[in-house]
Amino acid sequence: MIAARFPDGRLHLQHGPIDLIIEAFGARDEVEAAYRQAIDRFGDILPMLVCELPALRRPVGDAYPLLQGPVARRMADAVWPHRAAFITPMAAVAGAVADEMLQAMLAGRTLDKAYVNDGGDIAIHLASGHSLRAGIFVQALDGAVTLTHDRPVRGIATSGCGGRSFSLGIADSATVLARTAAAADAAATLIANAVNLDHPAIERRPARELDPDSDLRDLLVTVSVGELPREAIDEALDRGLAEAGRLRRLGLIDSAALSLRGEWRLDDERSLEIGAGAPRRVHGRAQSRR
Amino acid sequence: MTDDLALSEAERTAGIVRCDACPVLCRIRPGRAGACDRYSNEGGTLVRVDPLVLLAKPDLARVAFVEGSESWAGELGKGEAAFVTGIGATTTYPDYKPAPFIVSSKPDGVDMVTVVTEGIFSYCGVKVKIDTDRYLGPEQAAVRVRGETVGHVTTAEYGSQMLSLGGVHHLTGGSRKEGVVSCDTLLTLCNKEAVELAIDGGSTVVVQADRPPIVNGIAEARMRVGCGSAAIGMFAPQWKDHVDEVIVVDDHITGVLSEHQGGRFLDMKPAGIRVRGRKSTPGRYFQVAQPGLGWGGTDVSDPLEIIEKINPKQAWPGLKLLMVSTTGEHSAWFELDQDLVPRSAAMPDPVRKVVERIAENCEPALCTVLFMAGAGGSLRAGVTENPVRLTRSVRDTLTKVSLGGVPAYVWPGGGITLMVDVAKMPEKSFGYVPTPALVAPIEFTLRASDYAALGGYASRAVSLEDVLRGNKVRLE
Repeated sequence: MIAARFPDGRLHLQHGPIDLIIEAFGARDEVEAAYRQAIDRFGDILPMLVCELPALRRPVGDAYPLLQGPVARRMADAVWPHRAAFITPMAAVAGAVADEMLQAMLAGRTLDKAYVNDGGDIAIHLASGHSLRAGIFVQALDGAVTLTHDRPVRGIATSGCGGRSFSLGIADSATVLARTAAAADAAATLIANAVNLDHPAIERRPARELDPDSDLRDLLVTVSVGELPREAIDEALDRGLAEAGRLRRLGLIDSAALSLRGEWRLDDERSLEIGAGAPRRVHGRAQSRR
Repeated sequence: MTDDLALSEAERTAGIVRCDACPVLCRIRPGRAGACDRYSNEGGTLVRVDPLVLLAKPDLARVAFVEGSESWAGELGKGEAAFVTGIGATTTYPDYKPAPFIVSSKPDGVDMVTVVTEGIFSYCGVKVKIDTDRYLGPEQAAVRVRGETVGHVTTAEYGSQMLSLGGVHHLTGGSRKEGVVSCDTLLTLCNKEAVELAIDGGSTVVVQADRPPIVNGIAEARMRVGCGSAAIGMFAPQWKDHVDEVIVVDDHITGVLSEHQGGRFLDMKPAGIRVRGRKSTPGRYFQVAQPGLGWGGTDVSDPLEIIEKINPKQAWPGLKLLMVSTTGEHSAWFELDQDLVPRSAAMPDPVRKVVERIAENCEPALCTVLFMAGAGGSLRAGVTENPVRLTRSVRDTLTKVSLGGVPAYVWPGGGITLMVDVAKMPEKSFGYVPTPALVAPIEFTLRASDYAALGGYASRAVSLEDVLRGNKVRLE
């Protein structure tokens, strides 16, 4: 377990696969107290999850999963609306840890804003009158997200086949804004899975051939994606966009940005802008307006 | 996930490795990483992806930072002097498993084993030596950081003030805030960064390992050459022909030349200038003023304040008086007028030379930070199945203990209680855990045969070449 401060003051917590970067803004005493609360809370996050790991790796079906730990329950909450598809609570683990840690550091504190970044899945706190900008980094600083107090987004998550988790799809990234980081995490997983099509350039293997402990069992996960023709890229992205729109209409997400090979799709642009840091992405943005 | 840690026959055949670095206990297939991306399975071996720090030769000047690359890795592996440090080794607490690295290397043809780990020390602190005679605060006074007590002023040493900071009572025995601030203070000091300490009833001092202390905003330059009496003894012959009296102002012992053995020996005439304070032996006075930040660690800014009286039967008009502090930092030249009142005058060159020589003989004032900690049962269990034998082996000097490659002084008596100068350790050697406690690299080095004899995990030993192959390394 590691707890350390970066030279710029941000807090870094790491235990096993959990790697958090935390920053709080506000009065110095409040910020320091918030960091201490975060450190205090962190110690049993991983041990508690490990206790329930077998249950957390089981697909969610007709019965609401019986789970004890606060993080595990956040995970179950986040994936429960998606139970018609194959999903396990693990799809929301990073976001749920971020939400839990954010809540722990906010308790009794007065902060202007704060975030807990768990490997790209981010839980956010904003006090009235404050806003926060987050960058979307795929190949470069490809886009930006501006979150304001008056809108309900407090979670950002990104999924895709480049990260530490397996994806059933081929998206380079699927960034989702939602009410909580856990909700964003679960939805990003499903939207990234939906960015997909059959093509000989896509290599897939059963998840357990790669990781014996994978919650995805024998489902085929993407190992590599070769050259894809433009039509295939468009087709895959549009499938993802359709899934994002469906989840948004169900009230499960606020908005989403999908990318594949430099092409982008946005579902709802109120918070998201693509091309802020990379003007060449404007083409992808235009595509998304169809 | 299976219930026991053992892998099935099929899993073993498939080359799966069980990682036990954290409670997740990932099973990792060949060529892949665990859930954390920090450990991976390379050809059936669990390897760590974070860099380890290597000392190319522990006792030599360190070479520039090098990232791991094929070109030098092989070469270093052949060199017998390379030493794997505990920095970056990482451990688990309580120790779930043997120390991360048990490295067999062969310096001078002896089959040596280095057990490399990072220890988590709840019982730890720093002893700080601050080279200054300025008054920092009374002994036993609390030392505070951000209002929290992190330690206390302890027994002063020659020319230096001593602080004892941290320790288990501040880390875990007090309030949560006290523990966190204490841990942060220790971590900062051990990683050779500066900390401002406030001493109850005394001064604030900025302390940084191997740097001059800054007392109440003023950087200390020099240690005193000796106490006032010692300064008289050292420089009396050089003053003799140019002065009638010298008073060396010192918070500890102020020296008066003509009364002092050193002056008598040179047949100097008593000058009749009596200083304040309590006479110890002739020409040596305690407590001529209050401790402070003025002359020689006293609160005096006008040196004439310490003169109690001038005896008209002994003193004479025109008497030449030098007053100087023990570092040569303060000095003044006086001549007595017709009424035997000291009047400031221009200091003659030969006298100034001797004053400058006092300054020249004062060593640079530094802060030294010694990390002091005890290796507890859990840490020792990472090294051997029978922890007490490790203690005995260290006591018998069969096992050498080092931190980040720097040999540690091990206290006699029970346990493994050690001290090491953090200034000699590689950069960023220390970390912490939220307990709060410090994480420090620690290495135990001994002969392979002795290691096996004390119940060590000899079968876990890997060659230095294997460590180089399996880990990212940083060369210091």
